[in-house]
Amino acid sequence: MISRRSFCKKSLLIAGGLAIPLSCLELFDPKRLLAEKDEKGPRWVFLVDTRKCVGCGFCVKGCKVENEVPYDANVTRTWVERYVVTKDGKTHIDSPKGARDGFPNKGIDIGHGKLEEIRDEDIEKAFFVPKLCNQCDNPPCVQVCPVGATYQTADGVVLVDRNWCIGCGYCIMGCPYGVRFFHPVFHVAEKCNFCYHRITKGMQTACVDSCAFGARRVGNLRDPEDPVTKIIMTERVNVLKEEYGTKPQVFYLGLSKEVK
Amino acid sequence: MVHGEAWTIKEFFTYPNEYIYWTIQIVMYPFMTGLVAGAFVLSSLYHVFGVKQLKGIARFSLVFSFALLPVAMLPLLMHLQQPLRGIEVMLTPHFTSAIAAFGIVFSTYGMIVASELWFMYRKHFVETAQSLKAIEGRSALQQAQYLLFSILTLGAWDISHEALEADERAVKKLAGAGIPVACFLHGYAGFIFGSVKANALWMTPLMPVIFICSAVVSGIALCILTYILTMEIRKQLALRHRLAHPELPSMDELKSAESHVVAMTSRYLLMFMVAAITLELLDLIFRGYTAVKSWDILRSVIYERDFVNIFVVQYGLGNLVPFVLFLIPGLTIRRAVVGTVLVLLGVFMMRWNVVIGGQAFSSSFSGFMHYVLPLWPDSMETLKEGLVGALIVAGTPFCIFYLLNKVMPVFKETH
Repeated sequence: MISRRSFCKKSLLIAGGLAIPLSCLELFDPKRLLAEKDEKGPRWVFLVDTRKCVGCGFCVKGCKVENEVPYDANVTRTWVERYVVTKDGKTHIDSPKGARDGFPNKGIDIGHGKLEEIRDEDIEKAFFVPKLCNQCDNPPCVQVCPVGATYQTADGVVLVDRNWCIGCGYCIMGCPYGVRFFHPVFHVAEKCNFCYHRITKGMQTACVDSCAFGARRVGNLRDPEDPVTKIIMTERVNVLKEEYGTKPQVFYLGLSKEVK
Repeated sequence: MVHGEAWTIKEFFTYPNEYIYWTIQIVMYPFMTGLVAGAFVLSSLYHVFGVKQLKGIARFSLVFSFALLPVAMLPLLMHLQQPLRGIEVMLTPHFTSAIAAFGIVFSTYGMIVASELWFMYRKHFVETAQSLKAIEGRSALQQAQYLLFSILTLGAWDISHEALEADERAVKKLAGAGIPVACFLHGYAGFIFGSVKANALWMTPLMPVIFICSAVVSGIALCILTYILTMEIRKQLALRHRLAHPELPSMDELKSAESHVVAMTSRYLLMFMVAAITLELLDLIFRGYTAVKSWDILRSVIYERDFVNIFVVQYGLGNLVPFVLFLIPGLTIRRAVVGTVLVLLGVFMMRWNVVIGGQAFSSSFSGFMHYVLPLWPDSMETLKEGLVGALIVAGTPFCIFYLLNKVMPVFKETH
């Protein structure tokens, strides 16, 4: 029969013995090793020049094909919004099918399949605004994920682990920009990831490659020589919904106050 | 079809990916946890604060709270896109998320209620097991019952006076510890909504407190209602068995006990109802007074689109009418039934107006979304997140309560 004293002693010994090999995991923490190398990787950012966008929707098409978001599903990783401000001060906004086919109708899509016609002479100004994930520095979607299936990489991009997402939808609710949705095939949360599989290999994102007008550009904020970084640093850029404290990293040139 | 497209009607400008993603099951979730927490608080009023008038309903509400407990997570499972991965919330919680606390709070609470019930029913378990043991040549059913009750005693066969007193002290301590945990269980459901900064209607620090108060209201209301229903059944049984077993309580005894318990419990219902309505109105007035950027769209949702749901059904039918019904002197059982049903409707509509109302407008503040509840299921999705799914969730606790009552009879005098 083992005595209480020796039982306590032995259990302490076993616990201590187990702790030594476990501490190795701490010694070889890959994140710390990377930090000690003192080599900072890129911080991916995006620059949208709304003055150059014509609303053709090629970016949306390119994205859907590249990222295998079903072409006819009414969800999309990126989309283009049309803003029409009339002389009476009202703002009319639409984005039919996320502008996958551009804007085939002159009338504004107001839901239920109805169009609101606006006469040309009533229009004060009109413009297009492309939207995509802001890859926030303080991403609310990462904060609220109950299982850690969505996470931010060291280079700033927020990704979703399709094998881990439970599909609760909390991240979709937490995003003020409405960029997240449930993938119709995989049934997990889905979002724009700046074509992470492309940019990490030195390529451009699918939407940047599809844009014939140079309205979209991707860049590395940690590289002072990057032309995108230079514009962000020297010109008057703006971001969307700063008041939420998300620190968005998609910068806009020529953003108007009407943009939601 | 994209998830959410089947029941969402969009109007004006909404972002292309916006749908009503949180549907009736997410309305059921806070409603059910609210009932769990409320029923527990009601039973604790007797055990901890010694409110003697509630003795009759205390044990009943504790067992009912336990029956509701497994159902609190049923709506969550039915709502998940990957229900088989639901367990990951407990196994790999990501603690910056409000939902990650679910596993810890839920299991702590479950253990507290289970152990409190065990201390309360230990004497019953021992006595039943012993009486079954005494029977010579037990039938297969009796043998199974004997095994079940023997296991339930967990080997503690001592039912001397001292042992039972120790049991009672344990019950009191557990009930005391359970109150904050029950409030936390539900308060954090409020936190899940209140902390979503992207949603203008949800984001308020008052949300957890509002949720707790309305939870207690709904829990008490359901306990009164179920109590009345079971008493009616007992009355019928008493009529039938009275001749054979004269030792059973008579019809009049049951009636007076019932109306006494109902009158006493409804006072506590009113107190919590006043607190809940005050907080909800404070929230509404504050939003209107401060009128931040989101107020324009919130106003059109609250005062125009959801006016009937909020002011007619929730505040009118669900709060004002039962308030008057309970305040009129000489509370009758029939009036109490109408009152509690309306209170339950009111709290359900409050959850509905928060969850569905919070998604009734686009986060662009320029468009609206309308939720069409799928009545008849035509796919797995509309079955799970439609009327049928909600009814399954609502009906399950009563089935569990029926089974639990077989093992832990709520009306049998124990100590």
